[in-house]
Amino acid sequence: MIQTQTTPLYDQLLSHFHPEKFSAAPRVMQLQAHGLESFKKTGFPTRRTEEWKYTPVGGFLRETYSLNGIDKQPALQPEWVAQAHIPGLDAIEIVLLNGVLQPIQSELPATVKVQTLSYALNDEKVQGFIGQNTALENAPFAALNTALFTDGLFIEIAPKAILEKPLHITHIYTAEHSRMLQPRHLVVVHPSAQITLIESTVRTEAGARVFINSVSEVVVEENASCDHYMIQSTNESAAIVNQVDVGQKRHSVYTSYTFAMPGAALIRNNLNVDLNAAETETHLYGLMVGRDKQLLDVHSFINHKEPNCQSNEIFKTILRDESNGVFSGKVFVHQEAQKTNAFQQNNSLLLSDKATVNAKPMLEIFADDVRCSHGATVGQLSREALFYLQSRGIGEAAARDLLVNAFAFEVTEKIKIPALEAYVNELIVGKGVDAVMA
Amino acid sequence: MLHIENLHAQIEDKQILKGLNLEVKPGEVHAIMGPNGAGKSSLASVLSGRDNFEVTEGAVNFDGKGLLDMSPEDRAREGLFLAFQYPIEIPGVSNINFLRTALNEIRAYRKLPALDAKEFLKLSREKQKLVEFDAKLVNRSLNEGFSGGEKKRNEIFQLAMLDPKLSILDETDSGLDIDALRIVADGVNKLRSADKSFILITHYQRLLDYIVPDFVHVLYDGRIVKSGPKELALELEEKGYDWLKETLHEPAV
Repeated sequence: MIQTQTTPLYDQLLSHFHPEKFSAAPRVMQLQAHGLESFKKTGFPTRRTEEWKYTPVGGFLRETYSLNGIDKQPALQPEWVAQAHIPGLDAIEIVLLNGVLQPIQSELPATVKVQTLSYALNDEKVQGFIGQNTALENAPFAALNTALFTDGLFIEIAPKAILEKPLHITHIYTAEHSRMLQPRHLVVVHPSAQITLIESTVRTEAGARVFINSVSEVVVEENASCDHYMIQSTNESAAIVNQVDVGQKRHSVYTSYTFAMPGAALIRNNLNVDLNAAETETHLYGLMVGRDKQLLDVHSFINHKEPNCQSNEIFKTILRDESNGVFSGKVFVHQEAQKTNAFQQNNSLLLSDKATVNAKPMLEIFADDVRCSHGATVGQLSREALFYLQSRGIGEAAARDLLVNAFAFEVTEKIKIPALEAYVNELIVGKGVDAVMA
Repeated sequence: MLHIENLHAQIEDKQILKGLNLEVKPGEVHAIMGPNGAGKSSLASVLSGRDNFEVTEGAVNFDGKGLLDMSPEDRAREGLFLAFQYPIEIPGVSNINFLRTALNEIRAYRKLPALDAKEFLKLSREKQKLVEFDAKLVNRSLNEGFSGGEKKRNEIFQLAMLDPKLSILDETDSGLDIDALRIVADGVNKLRSADKSFILITHYQRLLDYIVPDFVHVLYDGRIVKSGPKELALELEEKGYDWLKETLHEPAV
């Protein structure tokens, strides 16, 4: 059924679109054309779209956006980079300004390639990777990104290379007037390689709306491992729809940590993991911390296609004020995927009467010899626990912070880098933002 | 140190304390005994500031200040400590970080500098030894997966660390085997001094074999109906609370 929502933005996007804007490479051109077709088929989601039922994006799509986001780049300001500074983190720093890679200051190991995607796509091998795992059907934003993207980041790590230091990638977004951007990133982790990525998203000033519609693809080859941290702490002027498409090969391990923090008016993370070979391991950890009227949403989809794969998901939501949270966790176990071991947990903590959360775990299982479990809870801070802490002399505000951090602990304890764990813990209770800005 | 006068308190619409009077001087150990439902634990809750109780009448003076107007945290900072009957588990809050936060908040209130990591560790080791608290438990999440005895010992460890003026032990003996009881009692006995006071709330006389009180009070139907020296506990043990109920049917207390 074709159910196109026509908004001025929709018309604007389609008229903005010219086939000559497609990549010259036939493989990529084909992908972009497919993206366009998929987007036209669905249009933008409405409240009737199942996957967007609790995430009304209409308001964000009625605005007028400039679509040529990167024609005039401002000069990169050090204080913008400083906003994403993680105290005590020893990392290779990479900066993107409005989706465009900036000159890298630190020295890169020879085993790692960091390039603009537009440049990397001149290579036929790279063309072979892009779009491999991107779900475009019923994924209007990813389809739109695929049709319109012009650039982004390409990272490749050579076979057997083990990167000791993480790559800290800071995405900085500026805007004098409202704009919609389509950043596109591709990460290829070759067989037996190991990498840690930490992505921070920063909005430089309040004011004009920036709609960031990003897609990242992560290819994790045989025996390879990728730790992928995403920290989204921007401000109210940002709206983020971020799709991460992961494809895993045999014996690979992919671990993601998504931290949707106070700031952005909208954050929607679509995390899709395709288990394309047997004996893989996947961990998705996520934390959403909402304030004000934020709308925070994570949709995860783990596609168990092959036998003997393990997936493990822990998502937690902490909502204050009038914020809204949405969790949807889909685990699909194909008939071939015997001996699948899938676990999913989702817990929400409501700190205000006006906060709401919608949680939807979905297990679809077509194999008969599997272990799959899921659980979801919604609750408030325990008055007993609060009283216990206060009775030891801890003030109410500090006691609440302790309990909120404790609620998040099952996720934060999974962070493998202590400096990052401390940073995230501060962001959760709201101290970090000022400290980082100072 | 503590002066309770004509204390009335209710929970929802049920009157629990009905005119309770008690005077505790520095260095004294008072035992409060009584049958189930007499209001013993309610008294501990009201003194420590649990908010489901409403005080309808009376006053509590703690070291010259009105206790009832203070928040639970300020009562603790002023030197009041409640050892819980049922210490709760808080996964994700580390025992040691929690104690350090508590101790430093109390010190800040008393305008003392915060203890640094080294000083804190030293103090913690000293007190662990004093109350025989297992070092392994110190670094775990607060009470998570602790046995009943370990939880009670953790209460006494916290008591030792926070060094309050007045400690209320709410049925600390319940659920303890005889060895655990001895360890808890030894800990308390080591912490007794001329300027520290204790209120022991207990149903049984057993605890008082180990921690010898200066006074024993009988709480019945929201009031202290009988006070005496430590021998009163033995008499109660022997005759049971029914004896008391009978004698109380004669009016005027």
